[in-house]
Amino acid sequence: MALAIPQQVPWYLTPLRLLRGIFQVRRFPGVAMIILVFLLVIPGLFAEWVAPHDPIKGSLAARLKPPMWEKGGTSTYPLGTDKVGRDVLSRIIYGARVSLRVSLEAIIVSGVIGTTLGLLAGYFGGRIDGFIMRLVDISLGLPIILIALVFVAALGPSFATMNAVITVALWSRYARQVRGEVLSIKQRDFIARARVAGASHLRIMFRYLLPNVVNSLIVLATLQVGFVILLESSLSFLGAGIPRPTPAWGLMVADGRELIVTAWWIAMFPGLAIMLTVLSMNLVGDWLRDHLDPKLKNV
Amino acid sequence: MQRYILIRFLQCLLALWVMSVIVFSLARMTGDPLDVLLPMEAGEGERERVAHHWGLDRPLYEQYFVFLGKALKGDFGNSWKWQGHTAMGLVIERLPATLELAGVAIAISVMLALPFGVLTAVWKDTLFDSLGKIVALLGQSLPSFWLGIVLMWIFAVHLGWLPTSGRGSWYHMILPAVCLGWFQVAAMMRLVRSSMLDVLDSEFVKLTRVKGLPEWKVVWKHCLRNAAIAPLTYFAVTAGVLITGSVVIESVFAWPGTGLLAVDAVRARDFQVVQAIVIVFSSVFLMVNLFVDILYAYIDPRIRY
Repeated sequence: MALAIPQQVPWYLTPLRLLRGIFQVRRFPGVAMIILVFLLVIPGLFAEWVAPHDPIKGSLAARLKPPMWEKGGTSTYPLGTDKVGRDVLSRIIYGARVSLRVSLEAIIVSGVIGTTLGLLAGYFGGRIDGFIMRLVDISLGLPIILIALVFVAALGPSFATMNAVITVALWSRYARQVRGEVLSIKQRDFIARARVAGASHLRIMFRYLLPNVVNSLIVLATLQVGFVILLESSLSFLGAGIPRPTPAWGLMVADGRELIVTAWWIAMFPGLAIMLTVLSMNLVGDWLRDHLDPKLKNV
Repeated sequence: MQRYILIRFLQCLLALWVMSVIVFSLARMTGDPLDVLLPMEAGEGERERVAHHWGLDRPLYEQYFVFLGKALKGDFGNSWKWQGHTAMGLVIERLPATLELAGVAIAISVMLALPFGVLTAVWKDTLFDSLGKIVALLGQSLPSFWLGIVLMWIFAVHLGWLPTSGRGSWYHMILPAVCLGWFQVAAMMRLVRSSMLDVLDSEFVKLTRVKGLPEWKVVWKHCLRNAAIAPLTYFAVTAGVLITGSVVIESVFAWPGTGLLAVDAVRARDFQVVQAIVIVFSSVFLMVNLFVDILYAYIDPRIRY
């Protein structure tokens, strides 16, 4: 029996294979998870302990310092400082908290509203269903950035405005998803049995139907985190999101825009943070969808 | 078919109406318009006179109908920030710049997405295909405003090939149009790829091969024609992306279009202009959606109400 001779892999293929491995969604996206933990979760939860400097008070003596590996940079400010001497790294770390907070709050609020309406529509059907689904159709048809602009022009930029806007944009997706699944689940025997046993409508909806849609809710929520972070940072960039001087990633990019010629690092690093976070979140979401809930192929 | 078109049309009107209610009620929530119109020391009589003049003493629903009636005629009042301009006039003045940019962006994205989508399907599971996947993933996760700044940094600041911002020659258009088109490239490329894969697998393609047609003719003529239907419908999504994109990209590159106007108006709290832009953009958006849905219903007879 001839031994299989291991085939020589050309040198240039090895890093490409590695890259392909990272981007393969079927396997567990380990790298993506690590990026998420170190870029979003740890900084978001423990910003006070992790950040080396205050994110809002800068020292004017250290204005526009370049990153440590550039000429003139110091290790005190690893990623440099902005035009009022605030540490870019610390602001990115605190910015993770903003992204984390906005995406959690907005997704929980819109998830609760959307799920409740979806349960009502799917369970009761008829006129209630018709009404709620018309609302869903309308809401899916509205361009979200415009709603955001109207809200901000009227109410001014704040966390609350931001949450309201994102909720208006997202609730309908939950409602549609939950309603679709409830329609099929409610035909099953255990729901009929619960009804015979005298369970109230509320009890059937929240005790029997809800647990059966939780999987797809988790998948949907994960897939939306990336979208919410992108939306939040775009709005903040436009000055229609988080108000200054809160360190939000989109705001930091906006601050760096006018200084791009002299101080590229101010805009570059927060943008990288957004990109890596959203990319990783999408990969994790794709993986969760494939494993938890293959029905959701088209979300 | 007529019934379907009618229902979709009514839905669009309904959505537009909801938009107008949102706009109107938010405008009233900002506070009493009288406080803006009058100086602080105005007496009670003066207040009443001005309120009567502007119709602000009438019940809210009547005020809404007045607003709606004027809005239907395209009258959204005068801009607060840009003195001497009507809100609608400003929007119309800025619209050509936005349409120009959007047009070029669409052209760029189609020109890139079609060939690359076809090639990723033909060369499935090769390195080229993986690169396509990476591009698509990046398309979903790159913040467009940041991409704009990075491209500006590379091509305008470092290489000095292109101007950083503003509107003028064709050179000014390249960077913003590429940024605006980039996301459609990513999404459309994947769509073309998946529908090409379906078509490549079908019987009639095998027949053309058996007939001995050259491979390039099989792929680029017979397959592409059939595979192009699905990406066409993607233009509905594109309209929304372009609206969002134009607001963001125009403010990155200081492109003097409606999107930049919107951001400036929001910053100045110039609500009249924001109203006009929102209603105009929403109408365009809904019209494109309606048009694509109808087109799709004609192309694909399975879509029915």
